[in-house]
This record gives sequence, structure tokens and C-alpha cells, in this order.
Amino acid sequence: MRYVQSAFLLLILCASGVQAEVREVYDFDTRAEEQRYQNLIVELRCPKCQNQNIADSNAPISKDMRDQVYRLMKNGATNDEIVGDLVGRFGEFVQYNPPVDKRTILLWAFPAIAVIGGVLIVAGVAMRSRKREEDEPALSPEEQARVEKMLADKDQ
Amino acid sequence: MYPELGQISLILALLLALLLSVVPLAGALTGRDSLQAFARPLASGMFVFTGLAFAILTHAFVVDDFSVAYVANNSNSMLPWFYKFSAVWGGHEGSLLLWILMLTGWTLAVAVFSRKLPSTMVSQVLSVMGMVCVGFFLFIIMTSNPFDRLLPNIPADGQDLNPLLQDIGLIVHPPMLYMGYVGFSVAFAFALAALINGRLDAAWARWSRPWTTVAWSFLTIGIALGSWWAYYELGWGGWWFWDPVENASLLPWLSGTALMHSLAVTEKRGVFKSWTVLLAIVTFALSLLGTFLVRSGVLTSVHAFASDPERGSFLLMLLGITVVGSLALYAFRAPVVHVRSRYGSMSREIFLLLNNVLLVTATLLVAIGTLYPLILDYLDMGKLSIGEPFFNTTFSPLAVAAGLLLGTGIFSRWKKTDGGWLARKLLWPLALSLTASVAVILMYGSFKPWAFAGVFTSIWVAVATLWDLWDKSASRQGRWYGLKRQSRSYWGMVLGHLGVAMVMAGATVVSNYGIERDVRMVPGDSAMVGDYEIVFTDIGNRRGANFTAQYGSFDVFLDGKKISELHPEKRNYPVGMSVMTEADIDGGLFRDIFVAIGERISDDAWAIRLQYKPLIRWLWLGALVMAIGGFLAIADKRYRIRAKNQVKVADRDTRTGDAQAAGATS
Amino acid sequence: MKRLLLFLPLVIAVGVGIFLAAGIGKDPTKLESARIGKPVPAFSLESLNKPTQLLNESVLKGEVALLNVWAEWCPSCWDEHEYLMWLSKEKGIRIVGLNYKDQRETAFSFLGRLGNPYDEIIFDPKGSLGFDLGVYGAPETFVIDADGIVQYRHVGVVNKRVWEEVLLPVIQKAKGNS
Repeated sequence: MRYVQSAFLLLILCASGVQAEVREVYDFDTRAEEQRYQNLIVELRCPKCQNQNIADSNAPISKDMRDQVYRLMKNGATNDEIVGDLVGRFGEFVQYNPPVDKRTILLWAFPAIAVIGGVLIVAGVAMRSRKREEDEPALSPEEQARVEKMLADKDQ
Repeated sequence: MYPELGQISLILALLLALLLSVVPLAGALTGRDSLQAFARPLASGMFVFTGLAFAILTHAFVVDDFSVAYVANNSNSMLPWFYKFSAVWGGHEGSLLLWILMLTGWTLAVAVFSRKLPSTMVSQVLSVMGMVCVGFFLFIIMTSNPFDRLLPNIPADGQDLNPLLQDIGLIVHPPMLYMGYVGFSVAFAFALAALINGRLDAAWARWSRPWTTVAWSFLTIGIALGSWWAYYELGWGGWWFWDPVENASLLPWLSGTALMHSLAVTEKRGVFKSWTVLLAIVTFALSLLGTFLVRSGVLTSVHAFASDPERGSFLLMLLGITVVGSLALYAFRAPVVHVRSRYGSMSREIFLLLNNVLLVTATLLVAIGTLYPLILDYLDMGKLSIGEPFFNTTFSPLAVAAGLLLGTGIFSRWKKTDGGWLARKLLWPLALSLTASVAVILMYGSFKPWAFAGVFTSIWVAVATLWDLWDKSASRQGRWYGLKRQSRSYWGMVLGHLGVAMVMAGATVVSNYGIERDVRMVPGDSAMVGDYEIVFTDIGNRRGANFTAQYGSFDVFLDGKKISELHPEKRNYPVGMSVMTEADIDGGLFRDIFVAIGERISDDAWAIRLQYKPLIRWLWLGALVMAIGGFLAIADKRYRIRAKNQVKVADRDTRTGDAQAAGATS
Repeated sequence: MKRLLLFLPLVIAVGVGIFLAAGIGKDPTKLESARIGKPVPAFSLESLNKPTQLLNESVLKGEVALLNVWAEWCPSCWDEHEYLMWLSKEKGIRIVGLNYKDQRETAFSFLGRLGNPYDEIIFDPKGSLGFDLGVYGAPETFVIDADGIVQYRHVGVVNKRVWEEVLLPVIQKAKGNS
């Protein structure tokens, strides 16, 4: 789910034991920087192939975009600036993580609203049930009789 | 000649479907048994003719009949024979035929396995199934005829099956998935029949339950196979992308899960009927929505079929008629009176209702996340993408909450659970789960809040499930006797929940502790991922049946010992002019090592993607365990003919804390 | 009252249906350019024909023009070229070419076989201007107004239908404004 593989602690542990480690396709000074790069490229969508992020896509445009992310990072740009740069070229479409704004607030807030609303409804149902008379059966007598008859039919 | 026979078979099947949707229903409504008696023969006939059409299409593939347009587009004389079989459902038309074959198969199954049901009910259910069939027969005959001919210019050879689909995963994934999608039509038909005759009762819930469970089990397997296939075949080692088509399969699964639980309450306690029947309708509607999204081209996806507005409109019409018709029926006929039954605020009823709140929220979340870009685009507010980061942030908390609730709810009882008793009951499982999760997290390295939450939740679910099993199986005649005494549906529930725990554990660990590296390697280089050393020994060329490939060789070492040899490939399929990355994986129960060849950087240097994927297999194994649980549950005695069990629905006994009823929930 | 509540699912379903219906027939793979309403990004690249001559954004000013992104390796570019020739010769449309991630020799052989509809051709072997313009796959065609502002971007082949239904109205509007 999260491509975010952050076990860089583990990596450092292992890396210390190895000599002549191969180079990454992109060179980074620190593991944290590499991690930041990886996190960025999985959040950007390839405009050509459309249902891949630029980390996974083999399209040439994705390579150009990865190069740009790398270049901007090396120039000291922040994550927002990097995403902003690519959005400025290719449009909001390339951003897999929709920004929180007027248009998307409903989207982002939906789970909280739904869960709170749902829990309130359930609470209401439970309260109402508590107030009910104790002895009434789950089914009315007619319903009862019918259920028994049906299930009896089934048993024949 | 044969293809025309196939087309005629489809038309005959359509006519039978038309009769099926009218005659038995009319018989049921007017009380004429003679008309109702047609239901079963019509269902059988419909299945036979659809099967015939399917066999004829398969024959066209096997004999390379490229005069059939669908065969020419999806096959090639060079294609290995087993892919010629699976190519039958490799494109839109054929997969639709498979869909319909399964729909008629389910219809037949209802006809066969419901001999003990009241005949009016069976007639109505089969008529509703017939109506659904009519819609899809019209769809395939009018817009997507698989038997269309390319006459008189018959191509010399076919355009080949999409290489992505030339794989064992494709042979089994769509049939399983469709079995699930289509299977929900039975629950839908039962719901509609119950609404039509106004008998929305516990008996209805009991009849619907096994059908729902079995469809859900198939869907679970189908989704898991799709994820597995994407993992090893799409070449970049991901297993879930929140792609619209994947979301489309998740939607009915989530609401189907809610439906299974809600049906349990309705069967056992006779409550929440209106809610349950709504879920039955919505679940099938979501199956249809998924079909629409995949086949209409309104959303882009890696898995979508070529888009065609005409098909899209037709499908939407079909979807619209089904959904509007059934929901209108629901609005007019669903009971509004509250059942006068009592349940405490900590009762199992309430826990299951809360479970429904979370599952339905998750369903709506996925639906909204998938459709939101479409809506914004329509309102001219920009083209947004909603992908992994959004779903990870919003979906994970819901999954964790559902897991925590599950572990707690397992101990609750019908009608009333004492709060203090429940809290004491939870104490030990809680302590055990906390300790175990800390141990697991320490084993994998760094502490991360969400990783901890996920690991804790999955262990909590597993511990609570097993704890409850332990409690229930206590018996004076020994543990073994106690275990054997549990009903199959209880075992089904246990497996289902253990499967959930496995999937959550796999998802959490692989997302948080997996390692992925893109390195630049020349033959002779070695690189580390996690504790594993990967040595790039060689790269050469290889020739396959219908492709050529660059064939890499990698040795995998752990602690200086060679544990396996991997051969990832980059394949070139000349017929379709496509390049495929074929990863190679050293699989294991606790970790996978995944190696894929990327682009060539210079003459001898390649970009190589190396991945260490801990517990990734648990995702699919967990799904399998869930599905086995489902199949086990429907094998329960209650659902068989001789079920002499007491009818618990009718239980007027108001004793509380009686564990007898808790035995059969899943 | 409670009965009314039961109509809620129906209402929601119909609402969703309207959006789905609106989505049919639209191609979701076509993206609007992020540069619309903005000037063509500054560049300084060689002319394809004259390697010594450097072209900059001013070649796209002064007259409404089409900026066509093409390459020899792009199969659809071969398909649309004949139509571009017609637009240039018969309609007198100014077309500036952006030779994208290509090589001089292959580009020349392409033009040699199919003809040259372009007033100027910007040679962009690294795809840098293409990247700044947000080009994600050739062929793409931009409508640039007389002030050098991007008015429209079409992704895919230019043919009779695209020209009449899409590009021509945009061009007429751009001409009217300046």
C-alpha cells in the first residue's frame, strides 16, 4: 500500500557491513534524502500512462520528471516547490495527493463525517431500544407463525 | 458456420430469459402453479444455450478462426494453446460472455439448490435473475457481439493477446472475480423477491446468507488473485494501486462484507431488516457499477477495456434501470416499523451495527475517491488525481478501527453484554496483543505509529478470535471434543477473521518495512537489499514462443550463502510491438526478494529494481483463508435440507448472557 | 416521514448516475495544458535547418500560430503530417514545428519524405522546451496567439474533425482578440 519503505535504519545497518556498494540510479548524500526522493516520486502521476506513478512508469516522460525532481532536490527545493513545479508544467493531474482546498474539503472530511454520523445513528438506535417494553417478542405472533411454517416446509 | 450458431444460441438464451423474467413471476403473483413450474426448465435452458455460445467461441479460438473479429483481435496462431483458452475472456466481448455464462450458472444453481423453498419465493427470485439476464443478453447482442465476422477480408493472422494477459493469473482471476460480482445478483434477487411479496423476515435472511457468503468468497479470491497478478506481472512490485478498476472490485467486497454481517443479525434477531435489504441491493448495484467503470471508458485504468461510448451508454442505462427500479421498490415497500425487540447498548447487535457503519463508510470513501475526479471535471473545477496518498491516509484509520471493533465485538453477546464483564474479558487478550506487537515491531526495526497501529490491530484480531475459540471449546469431554462440537459456520467466522488479521499484518509490514532500491548495475556488481546480497551475474538473450527477451541472471545470498538464482526478463512481443518487464521473485512465507530489469543506462549498465518485501504473501494467503472460511460457513448443517435445528430467530427466551446464540455468527 | 427517508438511496443513485452519464464519451486520457493563458516559456534552441541560428520565444509572436510537437519516431506524427501540409499550403496557417527528442538526420529524412509544412522548426533533442510546455507524448499541437500566449493544447493527431471542431474555433477567437 504505502510504497514508503522507510527502513533506512536497517539499510544503514546492512550497508556498514558491505564494501563496494553499487550506486543508486540517482546519487544521494544521505539516506534521508534518498527516502525523500522516493516518497516524492510515488506521489506523482505519470501524465502519459496515467495509472502509474512516475517511480513505476517506464514512459520517457516519467524519466524526465524523475530527473527534474532530482535536479530540483539537488538545488535545495522543498517538496512543495518540487510538486508545484511539476504541477505548473503538467497540471494538477500529476499530483496523486489532492491538495486540501475548497473543492476537496468535502472529500477529505468525508470519512470523519460519515463515521461520526453513523455512530450517532447507532447510538440513537440503541437508546430507542432501551426504552422499549421488556416482554415484547422479536416478531409479532403472525410473523412468528409464518416463519415457523416456512422453515418447517423447508425441512420436509 | 459455427459462429452463427453461437449467435443464434445467444438469441435463444435471450428469449428464454425474457420468458423466465415474466412467466414464473406472473405465476407467483396470480397463484398459478402451472406457470411457476416453468421457472426451473427455463433457467436450465438459458444456461445450456449460453454455455453452447461460450463453447463455440472457445472453439473459434482453438481452431484460429480469424474470420471472427474478436478472435482476430485477441489471439494469434503463435499463441500457446492454453492461452488460446484464456484469451476467450481476454477482451471485452468474451469476458462479457463469461460474465453472462456465470450469471446463468448462478440462476441455474438457485433453481437446483432451492427445492425446499416455498415455490412462490423461488419463482420470484428466478424471475428477477431472469430480468438481470435479459439486460445483459441485450447488451452483448446489441453492442458487443463476440461472433461478429470479418468478411470477406479475413486476416491471415490475429493481432495477438495483450502480453500482460498471457499469464496464469489471467486464466483464473477474471472467472473468480466475475463469480463474485455476479453471485451478488442472487442476494439481490432474494431481496427483491422479498420486497415484492412483502415477506422480509428472518427466513429470507437465512436463505440469502449462504448465497451471499459464497459470492463474497469468490470475490475475495478474485481480488486477491488480481493483486497477486499485478504484483508479479506488471513488473514493479506493487500489490494495490487504488486504481479505479481495483476500487471497483473493492466496492462490492466492502459492502458485501457489511451485508454478510447484517444478514447475521437479521437472521438471528429479526432486526435491521430494511438496512439489510438495502445493503443487498447496493452490493449488486456496486458490482454493476464496477462493470460499468471498467467497460465504459469514463475513467482511465491500467486494466480497463478499450472505451466505447455506445457501450458505456447502454451499460449505464442497464445500471440505471436496475438501480432505480430496485431502489424505488425499496422506497415503497421496505418496512419502516421498528421491530419491537430489545438489545442493550453493548450487545452484539450494536457491535455489528457499528461494524456496518465502518464498512459502509469505507465503501463510500472508496466510491467517492474514485468518482470525485469525474464529478469535479463535470463541474469544470479541474482535473484532479486521487491516488495512493489519499487512500492511505483515509482508509487505514478505518481499517484499524474496524479491526479494533472486531476484536472487542467477538466477545459480545446477543441482546445484552455486561460492560464490566466485557472489560475484564478483554484485559488479557489486550495485554497479550500489546506485548506481541512490541516484539514484532522491534524485530522489524524502527517504530512508526501507523506500523504499530496496524500490527497491533492484526494481532488483536487474531488473539481475540482464538481466545473466543478457546473459551467456546471448553468442554468436560476434553478440548478436542469441544473443538469438534463447534458449528461449521462458527469455524467459518474464525477463519474469516484470522484471514483479516493476516491481510492486515501483511499490508502493514510490507508497506512500512519493505525496502525498494533502484540501482545501477553492470554484470558482476552486487547490491544489498535488507540482509540480502544480490549479485548481477549475467545478461543475455532468450527466445520464447512468441517473444524475444533480455534475460538477466542474479544470485541471491544471505549471510554469504547462496539461497537462490533469479532470472528477470525484459520481453519484446513483436506482434503487438510491446515491451514487458517480467520480474523474478524468490518467494517465501516471511519475505519475497523481487528483482526487475529497468532501462538500459549505458552499454553494459542497467537500472535494476531490487525489493525486499516482508510478509507480502500474507496478503493473499489471508484472503485465501477468508474465502475458505466462507466456504466452510455455507457447509453448515443449518443450510442443509435436514436442518432440524431450533429456529433461533423465534427465540422468545429473554435470558441474557446465553452463549448459545453467539455460536453462529460470521 | 420515515418513508421519505427510504427514498434517499434512490435520490443519491440518480445523482451519481447524472455524473456518470456526463462522463461517457469524454476521453479521460486527454489533459488540459497547465500553460493555458500563460506565455510560451522562454527558450533558446537551435533551428533544425540552420544549426548556427538560435531561436527563442519571439518566433511564436506576431501572428496566431500552431506549435506542433513532432518526431520521426512517433507513429501518429506520420499520420497527421499530410493534414498539416494541407493546413499550411491551402489554409495559410503559420505552423511552427517543435522537433522533440529526435535526431537531425532522422528528422530530415521524415521531412524529405512527407514535405515540410513548418515556417520554423525548433530543434529540441533533449526535450527541454517540451518538458517546460508539459508535453507528455507527441504529437501535440498548441494554439499560440499573436502575443505568444498559449490558448489551447490538443493531444493526439490533427485531422479534419479536430481542425474543424476544435482548433479552428480557438484560432478564430485568438485572432479576434488581437
